[in-house]
Amino acid sequence: MKACVLVFPGSNCDRDSYHALNVAAGFETQYRWHEETDLSGFDLIVVPGGFSYGDHLRSGAIARYAPVMKGVSEEASKGTPILGICNGFQILLEAGILPGAMLRNTQVSFRHQWVTLRTETTSTPFTSNIDRSCLLRMPIAHGEGNYFASKDITEQLQHNDQIVFRYCDSEGNATDSSNPNGSVSNIAGICNATRNVLGMMPHPERASELVLGGTDGSLLWGSLAEGL
Amino acid sequence: MAKFDVAVTVRLQSEVNDPQGLTIQSAVSTLGFCGISNVRAGKVIEFQIDASSIDHAKQTVEQLSNNLLSNPVIEDFEYDISIATSDTS
Repeated sequence: MKACVLVFPGSNCDRDSYHALNVAAGFETQYRWHEETDLSGFDLIVVPGGFSYGDHLRSGAIARYAPVMKGVSEEASKGTPILGICNGFQILLEAGILPGAMLRNTQVSFRHQWVTLRTETTSTPFTSNIDRSCLLRMPIAHGEGNYFASKDITEQLQHNDQIVFRYCDSEGNATDSSNPNGSVSNIAGICNATRNVLGMMPHPERASELVLGGTDGSLLWGSLAEGL
Repeated sequence: MAKFDVAVTVRLQSEVNDPQGLTIQSAVSTLGFCGISNVRAGKVIEFQIDASSIDHAKQTVEQLSNNLLSNPVIEDFEYDISIATSDTS
């Protein structure tokens, strides 16, 4: 399995993602600089977390115009699995590859903590191997992770089974108190209509080895590997 | 060619929750200011633009604002434009 991790000025989870894919998942992984345009030949493209272009203007607003996003759009239309994590999710939203937008967390503060997630669908290449009855634990670390979409778009996402992860409590209930940032409908991750692009605020790459405190993130790598 | 001063104001759409505005509102109340409500936070982006006419300048400003300066999913923009008072380039 061949994977690549994009690198923008200000990315800071690129090495974490590379390590998780290369070492924990055993994928043959390469970096791809933001000025490149051809991303063909990979089985997985990761748009990593961080603060691309200093988060200036809006998170992801400048990165969406980086040359490499041309390759991301092309591969998205070809059906290549693309995973946007945290700032990567924000970039995919700004690029219009995924619907909606990010607002500042309702508490305004930067939230860094482990969260509990409910997998809402296994009909994606990222979650096909996940047992929906098991809740997942992964860290979040963001200031603008308050997912917003209009009522119509949110209903459409629900109807089309595009909501992939929701924040929930230890019983699996998507409550207000288990929602760390104010996201509409407790949404932590969504996919596109063709289901090959996933954006999520939690960090699976930081939960891929026991030494990091958990391995639930590896369930995504396992699903991707099995799908090939 | 003429040079114009532009100030684009970007605001969250009225139906979109504004955590920054709410936080400022809370501080306003804590400081004891009375009668201040509906605080909303936005941003102003200023620049100068060379164009053959004010209409051409406006066209460019609107394209730029729609494509980069604002996110139409959550934000609206408006702008002021006038003949440049000084050339700071």
